[in-house]
Amino acid sequence: MQMQNKKGDTLFFRTPPSVLGYAAVGGKKESEGPLADGFDVLDTDTTFGEKTWEQSESRMQAICAETALKKSGVTPKELDCLFAGDLENQCTASNYTMRDLPVPFVGLYNACATMAEGLGLAAAFIAGGLAQRTMALASSHFCAAERQYRFPLEYGGKRTPTSQWTATASGGVVLGSVGGPPYVKAVTFGRVIDYGIKDINNMGAAMAPAAAHTLLTFLKDSGRQPEEFDRIFTGDLGAVGSTLLEEICEKEGVKLTNHSDCGLLLYDREQQQVDAGGSGVGCSASVLCSHILPQLKSGKLREVLFIATGALMSPTTFMQKESIPGIAHLVLLGSGK
Amino acid sequence: MKLSKQEYDQMNKQASPKSKLLPDCLWAFFVGGAICLLGEVLRTLYGRWGFALTDAAALTSATLVALSAVLTALGWYHKLATKAGAGTLVPITGFANAVVSPAIEFRVEGLVTGVGAKMFVIAGPVIVWGMMASVIWGVIYYFIRPLMGG
Repeated sequence: MQMQNKKGDTLFFRTPPSVLGYAAVGGKKESEGPLADGFDVLDTDTTFGEKTWEQSESRMQAICAETALKKSGVTPKELDCLFAGDLENQCTASNYTMRDLPVPFVGLYNACATMAEGLGLAAAFIAGGLAQRTMALASSHFCAAERQYRFPLEYGGKRTPTSQWTATASGGVVLGSVGGPPYVKAVTFGRVIDYGIKDINNMGAAMAPAAAHTLLTFLKDSGRQPEEFDRIFTGDLGAVGSTLLEEICEKEGVKLTNHSDCGLLLYDREQQQVDAGGSGVGCSASVLCSHILPQLKSGKLREVLFIATGALMSPTTFMQKESIPGIAHLVLLGSGK
Repeated sequence: MKLSKQEYDQMNKQASPKSKLLPDCLWAFFVGGAICLLGEVLRTLYGRWGFALTDAAALTSATLVALSAVLTALGWYHKLATKAGAGTLVPITGFANAVVSPAIEFRVEGLVTGVGAKMFVIAGPVIVWGMMASVIWGVIYYFIRPLMGG
């Protein structure tokens, strides 16, 4: 039995997997942001009781996984597969989280697009009949990311107005073949798009073409118009990338009037000094689980596009003056099937 | 997508806000100036306390480095630097911050492989190329000194 249709790059699920539960966990800055009320756990000293920032991130991810499972009434044993990723070298935050979670584990890396990548795969596994219950999990930690990608925390550097703030946050979603709303209705896995941006402090600009490409691909594959959706969420293009996405789409003949960006939702840009907005794997993951999914569950939102975007460079390729490839994966979520 | 790389480059230039030059310069000028003023006050004080001029200068540098290290450890120096930019980077206090901050950050990776190896990760290039520049200038100076009547 064929469980889904593929058209172009988009997988349309005939029997859309159900979101059984979800959780968002964040740190201090996230607890001071406009979405704080939607988070399940907030740790205001950001260490999550651990000695190193890497351990803190793992702990945070583990708390997120536990909370999401508890909220969905699913035990780890009942999970057929878990897809997780983060920003650390060799994806260690996820690997160390999974040390204590006895579940078949697929480790992922697509930078800040990892949540949509994981959610898409978790849904495709169920829709394809390969699993009954799956989970997508993702995280980033500001302090762990800074020491890996940029400078030590106490180093007195000046941020540029286009730079984005890596979120200390985690999001987890449990999916099942049987259950109520919200539902994952379709997925478009994006392609790597590189428009030659080299500025590591302007990742929104590096990712905007990828977001536009994936969105335009989905609209073509589905034959639908952007205004048919309650909201189109990208994450995390920030202020610069959001402007550029809308401009690219307009050039391609698509006008976006209902676009929001997770990087602009998570923080208050003026008050919290995050320059162009939030970023990091945990940014879109936590906005999905604290802001988007609750509104779909309550029926306040009926149908949305969740497009997580990733900048696929490393500190090494950056120093070798390579440009920054971008990727964006799209997930169509709805409160009805 | 029909969009070309050149077109996108133009779009990006328009969409990306530039740093605010005037406020940044004013912050750098006044904070940097204040640090130098503090240095001047210290040097005068050390002089009054009976130290020779060269000793007073060395003690001033040492005091500023120690002060910067303490402020870095307290987490205050980088907060000032987010506003002051070059004002906190250029004086000797900025150099101290660049050495102390990785030492704190990489302490968890051990005293040798963490602190020892990473301490000069930011300041290292300054030392390498600073020494190189002084050697080159020394050679040039050696040859031009007779011409200058020295």
